[in-house]
Order: sequence, then structure tokens, then C-alpha cells
Amino acid sequence: MAELKLPVSEDEIRALHVGDAVELTGRMITGRDAAHKWLIEAFREDVAPYLKDTVIYQCGPVVRKNPDGSYVFVAAGPTTSIREEPYEADVMCRYGLRGVIGKGGMGPKTLAGLERCGGVYFHAVGGAAQVLAHAVKKVERVFMLEEFGVPEALWVIDVARFPVMVTMDSHGRSLHDEVDAASREKLKELLALEA
Amino acid sequence: MRSHDRYTEVFLEMLQRASTQLPDDVVAALRRGRDLEEDGSLAQKALDTILMNVDLAREQTAPICQDTGTPVVWVHHPVGVSTRLIENSMIEAVQRATARQYLRPNAVHTLTGKNTGTGSGAGIPSLHFQEWDHPEVEVRLILKGGGSENVGSQHKLPDNRLGAGRDLEGVRRVVLDALVQAQGKGCAPGTLGICIGGDRVSGYEESKRQLLRRLEDTNPIPELARLEERIFREGNELGIGPMGFGGKTTLLGVKIGTLDRLPACYFVTISYMCWAGRRAGVSISEGGDVTWLS
Repeated sequence: MAELKLPVSEDEIRALHVGDAVELTGRMITGRDAAHKWLIEAFREDVAPYLKDTVIYQCGPVVRKNPDGSYVFVAAGPTTSIREEPYEADVMCRYGLRGVIGKGGMGPKTLAGLERCGGVYFHAVGGAAQVLAHAVKKVERVFMLEEFGVPEALWVIDVARFPVMVTMDSHGRSLHDEVDAASREKLKELLALEA
Repeated sequence: MRSHDRYTEVFLEMLQRASTQLPDDVVAALRRGRDLEEDGSLAQKALDTILMNVDLAREQTAPICQDTGTPVVWVHHPVGVSTRLIENSMIEAVQRATARQYLRPNAVHTLTGKNTGTGSGAGIPSLHFQEWDHPEVEVRLILKGGGSENVGSQHKLPDNRLGAGRDLEGVRRVVLDALVQAQGKGCAPGTLGICIGGDRVSGYEESKRQLLRRLEDTNPIPELARLEERIFREGNELGIGPMGFGGKTTLLGVKIGTLDRLPACYFVTISYMCWAGRRAGVSISEGGDVTWLS
């Protein structure tokens, strides 16, 4: 599997295509429902450097706090992405994000955002919380922990060989749209059999 | 002795097992799916990651999935056993399992958005009680994650759009359509728990209770057994595949139950269980001895 280092350039991101399996290494940040809304309500100066040229991981982890105050990711798979559809393209273009990691794919607004601002949608395996938590080598810091709680906080993490698949690219292709269309055709065929 | 402390201890172990050890029948179904997929395909890669994850969770006694779900619990108890005692013990067990990171703090106040932090909250865990004639207390549960819960659905027949009448053929039509709507979003390959009949409340409960069944069991009602088999086969022909990446493994199982209905109503209720079909069961004797159930 090809390795992709974070932070990542726009050219490297535009070189990726649907169907590519890659492993990510470097710094990324987590964010889900509360975080996306918060990032759009105002430009968050303190978090912005942690979003630039990296990816946001849509994940609500299980986290353990060590006696010395540091944190460890105990379980950390992706959450369903489509809930961030109203926000993601705006967050991405505004903060200079180069991609999203989630599950289930996203809609036309995000797909257009990926093309316009040079981003990619990485699909992590939903539910693979252990494999993915083991790829998290270090928790650097956390934003909004008190306000949002553990799953919704923005965790800045260092990862190594974090396995993902490109399912939406910056060239307007979405594997999710293609599978959806093919399965609808098959459904028509199955239901017509008895009609 | 079936005391508060004994129940809590047993329930804590049950929650730990459910969250960290995927049942053997589910693992076997995932392995079969993996071998069916094309070498090098995204579908096969996804199933390889899933199987690696299942092993890792078991070895490390850590949650298979970070969304440890809602514990949905069914209790059978003899006459004279306090259901409140069992409920309070389960709540405490959920809190202790959360403190030990077997469960994620998963209860959020709906109006304030504040996480209770304890794992328990209004309606969480969810318990259902039924008295029976046996001396044992039998407790079975599933951990039902949010992603899969969001793709569950309830349909009323007839449905003209799908040409679905009030019969098993109509049920087949709405279920296959619902599966296409869900795509991979419920963390395919999943298991469908289905209730035909009942009302809008009881239908959902029964559809979830069906998820306690082992994947390889056979429905004792022949026409439901045939329908389960057919929806399983056709659902996998849809090509949605693991995670919706495309592929041959869209479903791990289909389980159908029925409840009686009002003459005017014909509901079909579908609960989607993700590939991490986490369930556990235990039988507790009068003396407090425990037998684990599969």
C-alpha cells in the first residue's frame, strides 16, 4: 500500500483517484458534528494551523487519560460522514484542509468542494476501532474537550500507516454514487421479476 | 445469591464480552465473505481489516468498535424477582464498563447536547422484562451502534411505489428497497432484524430482538425461513458490498419475526445491525451461578 505523508500538498492530493488504497502518516485532527458546526460559526484562529494541509478525521474516539495527564486512543473508528454534508466543503475550503476521513461517503456539495479546493475523501473501515486506534501513535493536544465531551472534541493526533481507501476524488468521481446507481439497477431487475 | 452486587458483577462481564468479543458465528460469516471477494479488491481489503480488528479487540480486551452503542437488554425472570434490582444493577454495570473503557460515554442530553459522561442516561440502557416459569434469570443483550440505528426504518404496506402489497412478497420488496437506501452506511456487511406486524413501538423492539438469533439458525416457520433465505441471497446480489465499496458481501444474515397486528395496519420494521453484531447472553441460577449463552 502506498504511504502518504501529512501535511500533504495539493498536487499529491490531486494525483489520487477513486480505488486507491493508501496509508497516512503524520499529524491530523478529529472532528465530528459539534466540531464542524463550531468551525463554521467563526474562524477559529487557534485550531486553524492544525487543519491546514492535513485531513480531518470524522471520529468520536474512546480515550483513556493517563495519571500523568496524557491521553491514549483506546478505540477510534470513523463515524458516518453524511451528517457533515452541510459543513464539510466550507470547512475544507476555509481552513485549507486537504481531505476528510470518514465512512459511508458524502454528497454532491462535498464532491464539488473536493474538486474546487483540492481535496479527497478517504474511507476508513467503519467499526475497525482497534486497527485504527493502533495507528494513532500520540495524542498531541485537544480542543473543546470540556464543552463537547470526549467523542465530539477536536483531538490533534499523530498517526503512522493509518489505512484508508479513496472513495471520492478531486476529479469528480464518487465510488458511492457508482455503487448506489448499480445497486438501484439491480433492484429494479429483482423487483420486476415478480411484477 | 442474586444480589445487586452479584448481578452487577455478572453484567459488567457480559458488557465487556459483548464489546470486545465478536460471536463465533459472526466471525465465521465475515471469513466466508472475505473468501468470496475478489483478490485485491477494496471489498476484500475492508474485510481483511475487519477480521484483523476483531482479533485485536479480543486479544486486547478492547472495544471492537468505538461506537459501543446502546445496550438493548431482554430479561426473563421468575415470579418474585425484582426487575428494579436487575435494572439498577445493569445501570451500574454500564457505568462501570464505561469507566473502564469497555463502553464509550454514549448518552447525550437531547436538549443541551451535554454528554452524561457515565454511559447511562434517560432510556439508556434499554431494558425489556418478561416473567417466565423457569427458576433462572436469563439476560441477553445487543450493543446497537448509532450508524446502523440511523439506517433502520419502518414501512406500512401497501406501498404503491414498490408494488408492495400486504403479503410476504410485499415484505420482500420493501426490505430490498430499504437495503438499497442504506447502501454501506450501516457498516455493511450487516444483519437485518425484521418484524412483520405489531405496532410502531412493538415492531421496532421485535426487529431488534431478532438480532439475538445465531446467524446459522433456521426460522421454525417455513415460509419465514424461505423469505430469510431469499432476501439474504438477493440482498447480496445487489452488489453494495462491505462498507458500500461494491462486492458480493452485503448481508451476513436476515432474521424475521412476526407480531399480530390491527386489521388496518401492516408494518414492516427493519433494524440494521452492522458487521460488528455484538451480542451476549447469560443464565443466572438462584444461587448466583452463571452459564454463558451463545
